[in-house]
Amino acid sequence: MSEAVLSVAGLRKRYAGEEVVAGIDFEVQAGECFGLLGPNGAGKTTTLKLCLGLIEPDAGEIRLLGRPVPAAAREARQRVGVIPQFDNLDPDFSVRENLQVYGRYFGMKRSDIEARIPQLLEFAGLSGREGAKIQTLSGGMKRRLTLARALVNDPEVVFLDEPTTGLDPQARHLIWERLKSLKQEGKTLLLTTHFLEEAERLCSRLVIMDHGRIIALGSPRELIAKHIEPHVVEVHGPGFETWAEKVRPQAGRIEIVGETAFCYARDEEPVVASLKTEPELIYLHRPANLEDVFLKLTGRDLRD
Amino acid sequence: MGTRIFAAPVLSLRFVHVWARNLLVWRKLAIPSMLGNLADPMIFLFGLGYGLGAMMPAVQGVSYVTFLAGGMVVSSTMYAATFEAMYSAFSRMHQQKTWEGILNAPILLEDVVLGELFWATTKATLSGVSILVVVTVLGVASPSYALAVLPVIVVTGLAFAAVGLAMNALAPNYDFFMYYFTLVITPTSLLSGVFFPIDQLPGSLQAAAAVLPLYHAVALARPLMLGGVPHDILLHLAVPLGYAAVGFYVALVLTRRRLLK
Repeated sequence: MSEAVLSVAGLRKRYAGEEVVAGIDFEVQAGECFGLLGPNGAGKTTTLKLCLGLIEPDAGEIRLLGRPVPAAAREARQRVGVIPQFDNLDPDFSVRENLQVYGRYFGMKRSDIEARIPQLLEFAGLSGREGAKIQTLSGGMKRRLTLARALVNDPEVVFLDEPTTGLDPQARHLIWERLKSLKQEGKTLLLTTHFLEEAERLCSRLVIMDHGRIIALGSPRELIAKHIEPHVVEVHGPGFETWAEKVRPQAGRIEIVGETAFCYARDEEPVVASLKTEPELIYLHRPANLEDVFLKLTGRDLRD
Repeated sequence: MGTRIFAAPVLSLRFVHVWARNLLVWRKLAIPSMLGNLADPMIFLFGLGYGLGAMMPAVQGVSYVTFLAGGMVVSSTMYAATFEAMYSAFSRMHQQKTWEGILNAPILLEDVVLGELFWATTKATLSGVSILVVVTVLGVASPSYALAVLPVIVVTGLAFAAVGLAMNALAPNYDFFMYYFTLVITPTSLLSGVFFPIDQLPGSLQAAAAVLPLYHAVALARPLMLGGVPHDILLHLAVPLGYAAVGFYVALVLTRRRLLK
């Protein structure tokens, strides 16, 4: 197999005595969409910044596109596009100027940038808006322009830090479609998210991080198959706890959270059957998803 | 961590992209910005020069407004460089996250800081030169060596832009810059011979003035604008250039500590 696009070994980073990245290893292969999942504060953004050579690791080795990082990070970034967590579009410029100026940072010729702008605007759904000021764009448009800006140098790898956080469903779906077409073109994507649905749709492989460590690695299907029962029945309503005690022997695993019983089962038949005789209880029967894995592995406690 | 923070800067022409970005923004607002830069020192120069000057005998053999013009050209250069390197650079670094965006591209922090240094120097030079042109055209200053004042303006801009960028790297917010103006820039302009000859001052303050870059800039600009050749030209150029070089390195180290750790 050819060399991985990104390889990370023994990576550590400490801030004010706290280990934010506590020894992680992973490899991203060409053409895959690789996800870094984790609750707030798990170390996802720090990992991305370390891989881009924007901050100094305390220990570990990183190679990005065949170059050691941070030593040759600048050269590696020549072939990388970055979508940061918070848009940092240049507010002093129009849509078009943002793309022009950003292309110059890659040392691109003016004529090459100009030639690329129409297709970038088209891709971002911003054709006809090239003269618009940044302040007049909606959140979704800004995000799409950030995506277009990250593609100005036709990168081989795109880093995306929570690309759809804060967007409405329409805007989010549009970004997802664009990311899928980037995958089709053979670009490698590295994305952080805490949208489990996003990871499930886009990522070929992912890691789940918590407290700076990788606690699971695999494809979304593999992770679901390995860590969780295939069926979930969520039950609430008067007397749900009594019901839960009654079905516990046939139910597999039952977790009670507040006013809801989450029943994780290999065989859902007896559970659903027992609910037919309990008209007071409200239930939802669904297949297990990545969110169930995530909550099982990282717990239900709030992270701020 | 630590060693890379103090590493020697990797210098390249990539700073031009950062400089050009700022130029492109400025071009949109060039006229009001130039007028703003010019108005304040002009009001001072002619207000003090003719108002206060009318009550005064000749200073060092010339009218007060002519005396003041030599100081005003470099002190307004100092103010322009300081403003740009602090308030404007802080907006780009901290408020707008423009630097963060640039650093995601194949640009190093030294390229950004150097680009900002040269940009602040460019704006400061425009400010100093516009005053020089006005006072020369009005006959307040002698035209003989007016062109030779240009390098003096440039080194003054470099020195104060570099120190300003170091302050920028330390600033938690915009209010921080007021301390620098009150504690450093205002005393500097009073001690450096902008408004009065410093032989008026006690010996200890005169000695202190000799380490200030503006003192050396005034020591070059004033004689040139009176149509003469200054003494100790190399020394007077070396001190501001030293501030520029050391200031740039300190600014880079402090900005690395702030952004790259």
